[in-house]
Amino acid sequence: MSTTAVAPTTGVNYLNAQYGIRSWLLTTDHKRIALLYLGSVTFFFLIGGAAAVLMRLHLIEPQGALLEPATYNKMFSMHGIIMVFFFLIPSIPAVMGNFLVPMMVGARDLAFPRLNLLSWYVYIVGGLFTLYAVVAGGVDTGWTFYTPLSTTYANGNVMAAALGVFITGFSSILTGLNFVVTIHKMRAPGLTWFRLPLFLWAIYATSIIMILGTPVLAITLLLVALERTFHVGIFDPALGGDPILFQHLFWFYSHPAVYIMILPSMGVVSELVTCFSRKRIFGYSFVAFSSVAIAVISFLVWGHHMFVSGQSVYAGLVFSALSFAVAIPSAIKVFNWTATLYKGSVSYQAPMLYALGFIGLFTMGGLTGLFLASLATDIHLHDTYFVIAHFHYIMVGGALMGYLGGLHFWWPKMTGRLYPDGWARFSALVIFIGFNLTFFPQYILGYLGMPRRYAVYPEEFQVLNVMSSAGASILAVGYLIPLVYFIWSIRYGPPAGPNPWGAKGLEWETPSPPPTENFEEVPVVEEEAYAYGEKEAHVV
Amino acid sequence: MATHELTGTPGAALDAAVARESAWSGGGSPYAIGSKKLGMWLFIISDAITFSALLIAYSYVRVASNDWPMPFHFWPSIIKTTVMTFVLLTSSVTMVMAVHAGKLERRATAAKWIAATMLGGLTFIVLHALEWRDLIHEGVRLFQSPWGTPLFGAAFFTLTGLHMTHVAIGVVYLGTVATLFARGRLSSEDVEVSGLYWHFVDLVWMFIFPLVYLLSVRMS
Ligand code: HEM
Ligand SMILES: [Cu+2]
Repeated sequence: MSTTAVAPTTGVNYLNAQYGIRSWLLTTDHKRIALLYLGSVTFFFLIGGAAAVLMRLHLIEPQGALLEPATYNKMFSMHGIIMVFFFLIPSIPAVMGNFLVPMMVGARDLAFPRLNLLSWYVYIVGGLFTLYAVVAGGVDTGWTFYTPLSTTYANGNVMAAALGVFITGFSSILTGLNFVVTIHKMRAPGLTWFRLPLFLWAIYATSIIMILGTPVLAITLLLVALERTFHVGIFDPALGGDPILFQHLFWFYSHPAVYIMILPSMGVVSELVTCFSRKRIFGYSFVAFSSVAIAVISFLVWGHHMFVSGQSVYAGLVFSALSFAVAIPSAIKVFNWTATLYKGSVSYQAPMLYALGFIGLFTMGGLTGLFLASLATDIHLHDTYFVIAHFHYIMVGGALMGYLGGLHFWWPKMTGRLYPDGWARFSALVIFIGFNLTFFPQYILGYLGMPRRYAVYPEEFQVLNVMSSAGASILAVGYLIPLVYFIWSIRYGPPAGPNPWGAKGLEWETPSPPPTENFEEVPVVEEEAYAYGEKEAHVV
Repeated sequence: MATHELTGTPGAALDAAVARESAWSGGGSPYAIGSKKLGMWLFIISDAITFSALLIAYSYVRVASNDWPMPFHFWPSIIKTTVMTFVLLTSSVTMVMAVHAGKLERRATAAKWIAATMLGGLTFIVLHALEWRDLIHEGVRLFQSPWGTPLFGAAFFTLTGLHMTHVAIGVVYLGTVATLFARGRLSSEDVEVSGLYWHFVDLVWMFIFPLVYLLSVRMS
């Protein structure tokens, strides 16, 4: 690692500019808000993770080892709701996006700093509602809140949980709006659209989905809450409503939402792959436009979640074809990353290991998506563990790996400290192994017909389930190691210097941790993004 | 797209571009609207989708139902809602006048036009509340309806309720803008941005009025 021997930053930076809890809770500094989010999403990740651990322990035995079946239902619901809405959706956008969008465009803050702080509070209020639902006895609808289960039959605090998700939705919308305006309006001189780091293209596309998709989820969950409380009947056939309408509205948001979770991670991986290959990314504009293409097409494929819900065969055909289409831009990205590695001078530092993990696991998840997008195979695989494995490969193997890769990459910038690289590489390896051991068996289980969301299962599935549970405990260790050395590094880590990776990009041209105003003077951009080795090229 | 900046050669072209733009605007020349205005447009798009989702849900259950009631009589309902529509449209006109006066920096005049707009909004809310009262009198509730499917009440109150909330928020918002603008604390762009919101709320009604009212008139 080229730790440029810069003396520990003695100057004033955003972390020591002000002290006291008020200076954090009332801050409008995007970097501090990013850290508020970092703390909160980590908290939710640990809660969601605890639920996962309990479920995997329970499933060690066919008749269930630990929980009442009703409790098991509450566990997977809580796990899904918290991980999707309170961890993964805000993770990269709200933590790294907040920290990096202004720095990468060369601005002092986001376009609307106070709105940004408000978004965090909205998120916290939504989180409190959901935590209340958990503490007051749980919810057992799953993260999908399907009607009529959620409106009529479910026990527990559907109302509080649905309102919690409804409220956090506004936090997403406002964050997305802030990012779009910032990227349009606040770029430094010379920073044209096609010089933007690909992370920003990804965040831009994500923000568009947040702005266009989230309102539909919000209004749908509001209708569920109304129906549950007042029996208004929009989704209740007995009153003339239609439960399938719920599924349409829900997936109209929630399929695009899976791209809210994965696109930012793809953006991170684009940054990491170029930096650690010391090479300009292969096909910059393809990678950039594929983000936009994904954002657009993702709104047209929601019906692939409803192949067996009684939707017409012709609708199913169209949705199936469009779902295949959405895989194309994803594949374009994978090819471009791989082509960037080719003939690059690749170095395998911790962030890069996470990025490579992402590429492999995301590819697995994406390809199995195609099995599910095929009408005939989906009839067999729908609502089995195959689906669970599919989306965990993408959301955990992909999105979460990317998040951790990004965290390892920008941690020195955020804190001004280095973490122990050896431990970081070790944890990347543990996570990769633990992950595959946990989720690969689930593909097989699903293929063999084990349904999802069941607290018990036939004896013959036990071996694969035990493998999965064993993998989960390795995975848990893998996640705890970074938690320890990150916290350790805040106090004891060696100073990082402004640019420990020798990376390109405006955020590396300012001290670590950056001063409150980010840049002492307005930076002027005179080169393309990722101009690695450009100098040598000019000399020749 | 700002093609002159895409050549990749830093130098004359870039300097010229930088000189044309203010220091923070990057390659943003085709998007020369203010941040707040862009923010409001994005919000409007988002909110429009909220209403679309609800209107689609409404249309869906309405088409699927075989006893959707036709409760509105020409008098008083349709006359009343036509007046409401007229009031709301007029308030959009006064808002245009406010924005115009704001652009000319006639702050007091702008505030007066905004006050007229708010009056239109309040009149709309009052008339709408009376309309609600009449329906509630006849037995329509959020979860029941004296005629046909109970979904009528649900759809009616959710849609018009959400819209009325928007109008009420708009009145408060306009009041704030008028006060601060008159005191010189806001710019004319802020007035224009609040105008965007107001026109949007107005436009939403132009969808609700035919879909909810005109399509449910009892012909007798
Ligand atoms: C490469 C493109 C993709 C395709 C073609 C695809 C296809 C599918 C299909 C057809 C299903 C429904 C399976 C069923 O319920 O029977 C599904 C489920 C799911 N997918 Fe994907 N998918 C893709 C990418 C993603 C991504 C990027 C994510 C997340 C970041 C994701 C997350 C999910 C989730 C969460 C579910 C399960 C939802 C539930 O029922 O709880 N998928 N996918
Ligand atoms: Cu989907």
